Amino acid sequence: MSERSERTIEPGADVAADGTDTRTGGRQAVVPAQRANRRKRAPLSENKRAERKLGWLLCAPAALVMVAVTGYPILYSLWLSLQRFDLRFPAEREFVGLDNYVTVLTNDFWWTAFGVTMLITVVTVAVELVLGMGLALVMHRTLVGRGIVRTAALIPYGIVTVVAAFSWRYAWTPGTGYLANLFSDGAPLTERASALAIIMLAEIWKTTPFMALLLMAGLALVPEDLLKAASTDGATAWQRFTKVMLPVMKPAILVALLFRTLDAFRVFDNIYVLTSGANETSSVSMIAYNNLIRGLNLGIGSTMSVLIFIAVAIIAFIFVKLFGTAAPGSDDGEGR
Amino acid sequence: MADIVLDKVSKKFPDGTIAVRDVDLEIADGEFVILVGPSGCGKSTTLNMIAGLEDISSGELRIGGERVNDKAPRDRDIAMVFQSYALYPNMTVRENMAFPLQLAKLDKKTINQKVEEAAKVLELTPLLDRRPANLSGGQRQRVAMGRAIVRKPKAFLMDEPLSNLDAKLRVQMRTVVSRLQKRLGTTTVYVTHDQTEAMTLGDRVVIMRGGAVQQVGPPQELYDNPHNLFVAGFIGSPSMNFLPAAIEESRLRTALGDVPIGDRIRRELSRADAPRELILGIRPEHFEDAELIDEETRRRGIVFEAPVDIVESMGSDKYVYLTVEGERATAAELEELAADAGAADFTGVGSHLVTRLSAESTVTEGQNRRVWFNLEKIHLFNPADGRNLTLREGRAAGALAD
Repeated sequence: MSERSERTIEPGADVAADGTDTRTGGRQAVVPAQRANRRKRAPLSENKRAERKLGWLLCAPAALVMVAVTGYPILYSLWLSLQRFDLRFPAEREFVGLDNYVTVLTNDFWWTAFGVTMLITVVTVAVELVLGMGLALVMHRTLVGRGIVRTAALIPYGIVTVVAAFSWRYAWTPGTGYLANLFSDGAPLTERASALAIIMLAEIWKTTPFMALLLMAGLALVPEDLLKAASTDGATAWQRFTKVMLPVMKPAILVALLFRTLDAFRVFDNIYVLTSGANETSSVSMIAYNNLIRGLNLGIGSTMSVLIFIAVAIIAFIFVKLFGTAAPGSDDGEGR
Repeated sequence: MADIVLDKVSKKFPDGTIAVRDVDLEIADGEFVILVGPSGCGKSTTLNMIAGLEDISSGELRIGGERVNDKAPRDRDIAMVFQSYALYPNMTVRENMAFPLQLAKLDKKTINQKVEEAAKVLELTPLLDRRPANLSGGQRQRVAMGRAIVRKPKAFLMDEPLSNLDAKLRVQMRTVVSRLQKRLGTTTVYVTHDQTEAMTLGDRVVIMRGGAVQQVGPPQELYDNPHNLFVAGFIGSPSMNFLPAAIEESRLRTALGDVPIGDRIRRELSRADAPRELILGIRPEHFEDAELIDEETRRRGIVFEAPVDIVESMGSDKYVYLTVEGERATAAELEELAADAGAADFTGVGSHLVTRLSAESTVTEGQNRRVWFNLEKIHLFNPADGRNLTLREGRAAGALAD
């Protein structure tokens, strides 16, 4: 009984499997709706199943290594976060359940750091997107000295973050720093607002080229003919940018935003070098480090790490959800 | 609607290459003009200059009597159809077609009405809410046309709009384009590299080579009276046969036998700078099986005998490939045409004649066959500059003309 019903579905399954519709030929008018229906009920053919198995086998070694080097530490820190575990008082180690989470989430330091992190993330990513887009357009459009322009634009990204951060710190040090002498009389790195601004400036300076690089890859996806068509259709340069380029580039923009948001949320090096988190300029990564490595409080530090991990996962989840609905040209998210 | 005038228009790229050289062209209001030529001949660059997508290096371009050299594409009121269709992937068919109208700031009701109207003409109504990704090639092509016609622009510019379609659909769409243009009466400039499209579509055809116009005229005129070797070889399928011809006294010695020449050609050849060698050109349909012609007709031409290589029966007639002795005709134009056809390195030994004989002919492969050709229809070209020597007042007069 079941065997027979399976057989009747088989031809349909074949059609859906290779994505072309042999029965309706050139008349694509009816295809998408049908295809969607068929995909649901189509069982996997022998061939497909074997292919899938091979796929898993080929992935297995890499997957195992990944599990060993990332899965284990994640699970271990999860385990640590459920314990009271301070290396200064090793005798007091015990399982406390979610107590550490309550401690952290009711603590003002944590929420201040969280606010600082969010501020840095939102401001830097927004500014980087605008600047990066401009830089990408320049790099995409330059006809003369293309190589030099691109290389020059990428220099900040090529410098080690800590080294760059130190150069910013010296530049803003009163007395010796050229920027400090130029723009202020006090010590800007010792006041909260100006210190945060400098941290963000350093971040933006450093990672805008990366953003530009990702966006330039997106620009290359916009066919020249599309822009020509838009200009004969009567679009101004700005309209061509907003109505044609941006929508076509949207997937590339989202990828760039995702990468940069995740990076920005974990900001650490610049803060560590520039202020060491003084005057409430700590990010969440910074206070996790202070608790875990400096304070030797493995329980609380791990709890913070897990919370950062969850925050990053939420950001990634939101972005990936966004991709699924927004890939242009595919109404049913077929691209995935 | 408007006329388009190109007055000594040239395009020089920054690297020094001259893509278009002093093109003079007057396109009348409502006319359908085809720009045709092999790749790299400057036809697309010319079209882009009319559209405003390329700057004009020198010369003047007037649309509707108004100089538009320095106007942006959006201010020229022209619509363009691209080979890639260039549909906006993020918009539905309706939004694609409405886009130029929205940019022109028309109100929603008018936009809707115009889009529906254009969709009806192109039978796109059931597809209006689809996205381009879910359309077939032919449907996308129609949407691109729809986007052009909704605005009722001064002119349509089409850049190889049918080249991405398969052969059958291309023939079908050709008639659609033709009918649409007649119905709307909008001035149209159409670029193609396909001489069949050029012959079938246009009121007038402009043949370009190396950035310069070779000849302008109605398709039949270009076919019958080519001004030079390039036009003769480019127009027609299968193309004209070319043979070297040596001048001897009052006749030409060719691989097909001696060809008598009339007084006029002789006068032409007696000039000091006259070439010693000519190229004889003759179209496939001006041959006939010697058995099938009457005495009267026979006198108008000469008969030769040649081995039959291949016979292709088309039903209505037969394409017969004959092998002839001697070298092939050589000229820069012919090499360029062969290269464009992708046959530069594939010509075999000796030369072949393509002839179109009546279907009644009993010719078979491998035999020697007597074949007649019409002397009144042959063209003689100067191999040095490609000029057609048999033209008199723009009309081909054959070799015997007095």
